[in-house]
Amino acid sequence: MPQQVFRPDRRRLGLLAIAALVATLAATPRALAFCGFYVAKADASLYNETSRVVMVRDGNRTVIGMASDYKGPLKEFAMVVPVPAILTREQVNVADRAVFDHLDAFTAPRLVEYFDDDPCSDMRRRGMLDERMMSAPAGAPMAKSARAERDLGVVIEAQYTVGEYDILILSARESTGLETWLRQNGYRIPPKARKALAPYIRTGHKFFVAKVNLGEQAKTGLQHLRPLQFAFESPKFMLPIRLGMANANGPQDLLVYAITRKGRVETTNYPTVKLPTGKTIPVHLKKDFKSFYKAMFETAWKREDRRAVFTEHFWDMGWCDPCAADPLSADQLRQLGVWWLDEGPDGGAPPGVPAGRRRMPQSAGGPVEAVVTRLHVRYASDTFPEDLVFQETRDRENFQVRFVLQHPWTGPAACPEGNAYKDSVKRRQDEEIRTAANLTGWPVGKLRRQAGLGPEAPPEPWWKNLWKR
Amino acid sequence: MTSPDDDAHRVLRLSREDPRILQLAFLGSLLLFGVLVRDFSLQPVQVALCLGTALGWQLALGKGRNLASAAITGLGLSLLVRADNLWVHPLCATVAVVAKFTLRWQDKAIFNPANLGVLLAMALLPGAWTSPGQWGHAWIIAGWILMLGLGVTLRAGRMDSALGFLACWLALCAGRIGWLGQNWAVLGHQFTTGSLVLFSFFMISDPRTTPDHRAARYVHAATVALVAFTWQFGLYRPHGPIVALALCTPLVPLLDRLLRAARHQWPTPPPPRGLLDAPASVPS
Repeated sequence: MPQQVFRPDRRRLGLLAIAALVATLAATPRALAFCGFYVAKADASLYNETSRVVMVRDGNRTVIGMASDYKGPLKEFAMVVPVPAILTREQVNVADRAVFDHLDAFTAPRLVEYFDDDPCSDMRRRGMLDERMMSAPAGAPMAKSARAERDLGVVIEAQYTVGEYDILILSARESTGLETWLRQNGYRIPPKARKALAPYIRTGHKFFVAKVNLGEQAKTGLQHLRPLQFAFESPKFMLPIRLGMANANGPQDLLVYAITRKGRVETTNYPTVKLPTGKTIPVHLKKDFKSFYKAMFETAWKREDRRAVFTEHFWDMGWCDPCAADPLSADQLRQLGVWWLDEGPDGGAPPGVPAGRRRMPQSAGGPVEAVVTRLHVRYASDTFPEDLVFQETRDRENFQVRFVLQHPWTGPAACPEGNAYKDSVKRRQDEEIRTAANLTGWPVGKLRRQAGLGPEAPPEPWWKNLWKR
Repeated sequence: MTSPDDDAHRVLRLSREDPRILQLAFLGSLLLFGVLVRDFSLQPVQVALCLGTALGWQLALGKGRNLASAAITGLGLSLLVRADNLWVHPLCATVAVVAKFTLRWQDKAIFNPANLGVLLAMALLPGAWTSPGQWGHAWIIAGWILMLGLGVTLRAGRMDSALGFLACWLALCAGRIGWLGQNWAVLGHQFTTGSLVLFSFFMISDPRTTPDHRAARYVHAATVALVAFTWQFGLYRPHGPIVALALCTPLVPLLDRLLRAARHQWPTPPPPRGLLDAPASVPS
């Protein structure tokens, strides 16, 4: 999503979208107690051409922020987003990309590790490690004459510059006219665009068209484009992804970070599936965690017939355990569009945070009532025929995708318990290899070689110890 | 001398011809599939509490009759309601079954039991929700085929509400897709949702809470489809069919008054051995 189309002057057009839904009642959160050392994360940088959308939603009020990882020439970038209403200058904002990156890091799937104690030590207390967590490193000139626009049924409803973007809000009577207008104004529209535009015109959407103002962009001194945000009210709680499929060359990755007040967000017109979590995987995958995660996601995606939306994270925004990054400050949440922070007691403190967990920095204004759901969608035209429609559930059970490394004790273990421990480690390692193979589809033999393990020993015959005394 | 099969039917108090046997088998399979194969976020103890409560109230208030109906209500609620606690399911089952016996109009339950339970969970209970998108795509196609098979098996009298609703829903969705100029694959996508299968064959088709006259059932089903469509695609709210069925509740006594017909009765169960059956006037 935002997806790219081309102008004759090689402007690129990212297509994405918006809209809104349902406030619900609160429930008591149930934290999953977990401790370990945070060592790695699988963040959005894992995927090429990933779009990131932050949706802040309560009642009908919605704030959408869109960040593209577009890396091409800036003058070729543009994007078209269907929006449910005409947006004024005050409803549009340019955000700090660092806040989006922070949210991505906070919600990223993670790898944690434990170390076995000395099996011969009296102090051995498995699973009782101290809780210690490491932080993650952590005015467009393109319009032709007004008469020509009217003939095509296209009206420029608003026109302004925000940050480095020149923005137009267009309304259209029919898709052929809009397609023609875009072509006449220098956008190279893919052949299927007209068909994709039509349903949005029928449902009264306007079109938010943004391109880079090179002069303004130079003033920012940045090498990248900052995320665009817009605020509006609409009963529609959805993301129009169909427009972005018009010229796609295969599946695209989209990360949706839905920030709500009460509960987990899921799609109502596609299955929302939680990715595997809590599995112990071979310790050698520590250095290759990103490849592992990509293969794991691909396998899960195929198992769901390529038609599911995956939950990667759902957590209270006031704290985390373990933390892949610090919780966002109140100021950062405001930047993302969380407007209810200033609404007094209702937007105030969340239910109790367990002692010892990391909380939102108090200096920034204290914890807030906000939860974040991170959804990962890999969509293609044939498997996602409809736009994504969401609902906010009343589910408050925290969830995060994490994988565990359990390092064996490597010191001397010259005691009777030591032999039993070594046997248990072998069994454990065999199981970890099988788990990783099952999750990723990688061959068991390859994983064993990488782990420095020989072929798996055949199981001992059942009678081996039958008459041993 | 009786066969073990006969004994099983007596325990459930079902006649061999009773379509609820198939319904129970189908719902049970769906539930097992959901819990074992798909991530339904449903705990077995929630199912046990839901089913146990529904059967318990039926035993207490229905004097042991029509346990199958209560079991269908309990299984249906387990399939549709999600909760992050253990009290939501038994509460919904209680309201569903107790309302069947207490909220009545001219000796007929006003509310569809499962519909009332789901609506209560969706609208009022903290920590409860429903997930209409929880079903996998390919499996739902298989479910449709199975349901069509069942549709042939079941007597036509039970299916008119389901088929009437589905026909209207299909027409409305197809009309919208044509009007919007969407890809027709959207229609297939909209019809491969488990919630629609469940609603059509196990909720709106409940013969005890739909109008008595066949023509009235078609009118009722068409109205529910229209309201559901408006809710979902006009107001952009989720769970259209479930909300619509609840909103159309007053239509049933009205249609019963306008178009009179014999009240539906489940097939008579085989006579129990050594026990007096409950009186026929006990509502189900």
